Order: sequence, then C-alpha cells, then structure tokens
Amino acid sequence: MNRSVVVLFALMTGVLPLAGQAPAKAGNAENGKQLYVKVGCYQCHGRQGQGGASAPFGSYGPRLAPPKVPVAAIRAYVRHPSGGMPPYAAKVLSDAQIDDIYAFLKTIPSPPAVKDIPLLNQ
Amino acid sequence: MSNPEDPKPGRRNFLSHASAMAALAPAALAAAPAPAQESHTAAKAEVLTTERPGADFMIDVFKSLGFEYVCANPGSAFRAIQESVVNYGGNTKPEFLTCLHEESSVAMGHGYFKVEGKPLLVFAHGTVGLQHASMAIYNAFCDRVPVFIVLGNNLNAATRRSNIDWVHSVQDAASLVRDFTKFDDSPISLHQFAESSVRAYKIAMTAPSAPVVLVADADLADHPIEGRTDLTIPKLANTSPPTGDPAAVGELADMLMQAQRPVIVAGRLARTPAGMAHLIELAELLQSPVVDLGMRMNFPNRHRLNLSPNSRALVENADLVLGLEVPDFYGLVNRISRQLEYSSQLITKAKLACISAGDRLAKSNYQDFQRYQPVDLDLAADAEATLPSLVEAVKKRMTGDRRRAFEARGAEYAKQHAAMREKARVDASYAWDASPVSVARMCAEIWAQIKNEDWCLVNGSTNFLSNWPLRLWNFDKSYRHIGSSGGAGMGYGAPAAVGAALANKKYGRVSVNIQTDGDLMYAPGVLWTAAHHRIPLLTIMHNNRAYHQELMEVQIAANQHNRGIDRAHIGTTIDDPNINYAKLAESMGMMGIGPIEKPDDLGPAIRRGVEAVKRGEPVLIDVVTQPR
Repeated sequence: MNRSVVVLFALMTGVLPLAGQAPAKAGNAENGKQLYVKVGCYQCHGRQGQGGASAPFGSYGPRLAPPKVPVAAIRAYVRHPSGGMPPYAAKVLSDAQIDDIYAFLKTIPSPPAVKDIPLLNQ
Repeated sequence: MSNPEDPKPGRRNFLSHASAMAALAPAALAAAPAPAQESHTAAKAEVLTTERPGADFMIDVFKSLGFEYVCANPGSAFRAIQESVVNYGGNTKPEFLTCLHEESSVAMGHGYFKVEGKPLLVFAHGTVGLQHASMAIYNAFCDRVPVFIVLGNNLNAATRRSNIDWVHSVQDAASLVRDFTKFDDSPISLHQFAESSVRAYKIAMTAPSAPVVLVADADLADHPIEGRTDLTIPKLANTSPPTGDPAAVGELADMLMQAQRPVIVAGRLARTPAGMAHLIELAELLQSPVVDLGMRMNFPNRHRLNLSPNSRALVENADLVLGLEVPDFYGLVNRISRQLEYSSQLITKAKLACISAGDRLAKSNYQDFQRYQPVDLDLAADAEATLPSLVEAVKKRMTGDRRRAFEARGAEYAKQHAAMREKARVDASYAWDASPVSVARMCAEIWAQIKNEDWCLVNGSTNFLSNWPLRLWNFDKSYRHIGSSGGAGMGYGAPAAVGAALANKKYGRVSVNIQTDGDLMYAPGVLWTAAHHRIPLLTIMHNNRAYHQELMEVQIAANQHNRGIDRAHIGTTIDDPNINYAKLAESMGMMGIGPIEKPDDLGPAIRRGVEAVKRGEPVLIDVVTQPR
C-alpha cells in the first residue's frame, strides 16, 4: 500500500487530524454541480462522478459518486494529491467550494443493480 | 530513361556525363574551350508517344510483390505510374484507391497491415505529398508496421517542365522521413528499381517491421523501355525473424520455473495469429497471469489468466516480470509522478526479463525507445518467434510437483479474473442512463448488436474509451482488434479503420470503428474514400466535443500554476458550433445517423447501422458522449 493510500485511509477513518481546515458545512449542491464541470472534476471522474479508465491503459480518476469518504478526506486529498491528479490549492478552490462539490456528489443516485440491466448480463 | 540520341541530357546520360566531367583535371577544364550554350529549342526527331513506358515495368515489380491495393492522392510527380496502374496493370493487384490526403493513404496502409499481415502500397509526391504523409509514417514506425511508400520525383533539372516541377522536386526525397523509416533508395535505372523494391519489401517485413521508401524517378517512369531485354525482377525471399539464443532461452525457462509469482506482460507481441496461440500455451503451462497492454491482440480478454486491469498490483507483487515486446519497460516497473517535480520509483523487487527486437531498430533522433530500464535477462529477439522454443524449454523442465503448484496458483488467478469481470460490470452500471451517454453504455450497446457477428474492432481499443470494449466484449480471436497508433499522432484512427475494414471486407467481418471526434477532423475525407470504394465499416462517434487528453493536460498545467483552473477549455474543446458528424458523413455519400444524446436511442440506431454494414455500406453514427 503506498503512502497516499495510507494517508487517505487514515483521513477517512479519522485517525489523522486535519489541522488548519475549516469545519465542514453542508454545501450548496447546485453551485457544486456547476463547479464540478467548471474546475474540471468531470474530466477524469466523469460527469456523474462515475470514474474513468482502469490500468494498464491509463487511470483517469476513481469513482466519486456516491461519495464513500468524508468531505475532510476529499479536501485533504485535492490539496495534496498523488498519481495523476493535479493539485487544487486553496487559492484557486476554497474549502467551501469543495464542500459544494461534495454536496453535489451526494445528490447523484446509485445506479440500478447490475442484475437489472440486461445489457450487462449478455 | 533517355533516348541515347537525345541531345539533351536525360537522367542516365546526364549522370554519366557529369561523372566524366568530374574526372577531368581542373587544368584541363580551364584549357578547354567554353562549350556552346545548349539550345533548349534544338530541333530533333520528335518522339511524342511510347506504348511501353518504364512505369509499366514498375507495375510488373509491384505485381510480383503481391500488393492488393495502392492508396494515393493523385500527384503529377508519379502520374506515369498511376496511369500504368490503371491501364497497363488493369487496375487490379494493385487496385488504385483514391485518398484525399497522404496521411490517410499511409494510415490506411497501417490499419490494413494489422489485419492482413502484409504491406499496402502508397504513392505520394516526393515533396508535398511526403510532407503530408510524414505524421502517419511516424505512427507506423513507432508501431513497427510496414508500409511500402513510393515517391514520385523529378531529379533531373533539365527535364522539369514547369515551376511546379521545380517546387515538387527534391535532391534527396526520403531524407525527410529517414529518421523514422527502415530503408530507402532512389534508383537511377529500372534494373535498380526492381532490385531495390524487392530489397525494400524484404526489409520492411523482417521483424521488427517498419515503413520503407522508394523514390520513383519521373524520367524512368515516363520514358520507353522498348528493346530492353535485360530487365528482371529478383525473387522475393522472405526472411525468418530473429529468435532467441538457445542458452538464453534455457536460462529464462529456469527463471520462469523457479518463480513463485511471475507475470507475463505482452506489448507488440503478436505479429501473426500464431503469437496469441503461443502466449496462451506458455501462460497455461506456467499458470501465470498475463497483462495485455492492448498494442496487439495478444491474449483473449476472457481467458482466466488475463489480469490486465490488475497490472500494477501484479507487477508490485511479482518475483519475475517477463516483458514480451514491451516498448516502455521502464514505465511498466516504475511509478512516475505526474506532479510538478519529476520523480520515479521502482515498484517491484522482481527479477526482470524481456524478449524484444526493439533494439534492432533503434534510431537516435526520434526517441520512441523510452527510458532505459536495467533488466536481469535481455533477449534481443523477436518474441513471437522465440516463444515456441521457450515453451519447449519450459515443458522439458516441468515436473509433477511444479505442475501441481502451478495449477494451484492458476486457480487463484482465475478467481481474480472472475472478480475483475464482475467489477467491470458494476463499474459500467454507473452513469448508465446519463446524457451525454457514458462510454461504458455506448460500448455495451455496440456489443449487444455485434456479439453474434464475426466482428473486428478496427479502432477504439485505446484508453480514450476508458478501455471499455476490452472490459465488456469478448475478444476471443486473433483478429478481434488491431491495437493503436504507435506514435499517438492524431489523425490515425479514421484512416486506419478504413484500411483495416478494407482488409476485413473479403473475410465478411463487421468492422467497428469507435471514432474520436478530434481524430476524425484531421482528414475526414477518408469517409468519402470508404463510400467511394464501398468499404463496409460501422463508425460510432465517441463525440465528447473536445481534444479531451489535451484538455486534461492544460488543466494540469493551470492547477500546477495556481491560476485559471476554469479556462482549460480554451483551445481544447470542439464546440460552439458543434460539428454534426452525421451530416458530415452524409455529405461524403454514406449513411449518417444522429447526433444521439439519449442512451435509449442507441440500440436501434446501431442495429440499423450493422444491417447496412452487412449490406456492404459504410455507416456513421454520431453519439454525444461523456469524456472517457
């Protein structure tokens, strides 16, 4: 397990403190929906946060929706990403904006079960 | 060829005259009386026609090499050869295919080879045509694909008739692409033309393959060959590919037998259908997982030992990584950061071995050879040709104990493979009903319509599709896909698809092209070529209205520079206005459907498209899609 995964896991489970972060608030999902496209999240994660390609042919970003990590972990990761994701410094994307994007991701419903999609059972 | 009695210097006597003059001492030249200035209107017995031009012999040479087609945009520099193809040659073997851009001509040859396994002939102007063609030649070079390119040129300045002849003439035509071709020659006689053609063909086809260039001089092609009884065409002797040294093969077999967690990684391995069969045999003997990098159809994606999506974890945990024609071995076993400061880190403690003919075609200027990776055992040989002896060496070393141990690990890998396939189905379900259409949904809809056909994916196995075809379809035969461009030069996809579909036509296969929008617009005229020559091809537009890879690249730069993270679309998107690809296709004479934005409309449209393709038509369906 590489270091970034360890850090992310620790953030998710609350083991690591997130010093200096503003407390998370319920974000504005509508604003988050616009920001998600405007600042380029969709480029790697898809317009519904469904995620991109898998190795070995290139990896463009994991699935984001519905979110399975707390917003604090998302905040921490986008400031100090690893792999192919570019950093989003507070100067260009505020904590509040991240909260809005997170709120938008939470509005995206889970997909139907695979067994209920005939084309995925062919 | 010059008339011996022609007072003007033809190419041959021009050269011999020049040689004779060069042999004279400067003093003798100084003492000689000044020659009378040549009259350009000198009276002579005028020869207006010939019914046996040199170009006819050139066509004999091409026929002897078995070319089925020649792709070309017409050009005056090779007009005599083109005329001989259609008249003397009867426009068959080779048949002239009208292309609207030389890049399309070469890329069609690229795609054609990857289905048919033999090169296609391309004609081009030695100057302007070759400049158009050069990008596609680079792709073919990087992908180790042979294309036989014939350049028209008029070297003899004394017979250039117009200013166009001058601007379309060049001293050393092939120099433009010499850095990324394997061989070139500029014959000054028909005898040499025959010999060089056969040599070029042989070199192009000898692994590692690559494009070759032959310059066909206009004088040679235009002038008569009557009376020449000494012209012969040498017999083509195909060369067997270089195979691994037996001692090294034995050492590799020992390593494979001893390894507890080997992983086999296949790059440009399968040159022929035999390549896939050999790899299956080796993997099953060892019960070793296989990672297929998608550059060739190396290994069935539903084989229980195919664990391609798990490549990173497999390499990290391996104790032996065997690369078979893997061009970027460094990238395979190192993690390279994409952050602002470069860093890379070896991710495995495994022993490393490779079989690759890559070093046999190393060039210096264009650096497609990738970063140097030290390995424990390196066989500079063609991997496909070496696999049979490696399989035999493994068999000789096999014991009952080892077989039982291998079967146990194979069972574990089979479980991982099943989980991998299940994960693909779950991943595909996300954004299933989204508009723009998710790429997974589009690929699932295509699969539903072609799975009962004999099909070939002629473009679309790249990561631009998040690898969805390889995750959802059943790639079970050696011709199911043709890999990607090699040089990642845009403009490859559409013409390569048409070339591959051309080769598939005689086998009755349904050729499927999942076509990115930016790539198509480099030279969309190839759609007309498909329509004009009745090449059946189902083109599904992956229309994300962007050069999406570049959009992401600019996004990375903006983020790293802490500014303008909402401006990456400038210069990278293809919208405002949106291009209507269905109308574009219709304008080229093919069926166009779309644009389709609702996923539920896809199935009926693709069904219609497949029916038309089975009738022999090219069809384009425009689908507005998610980015990847």
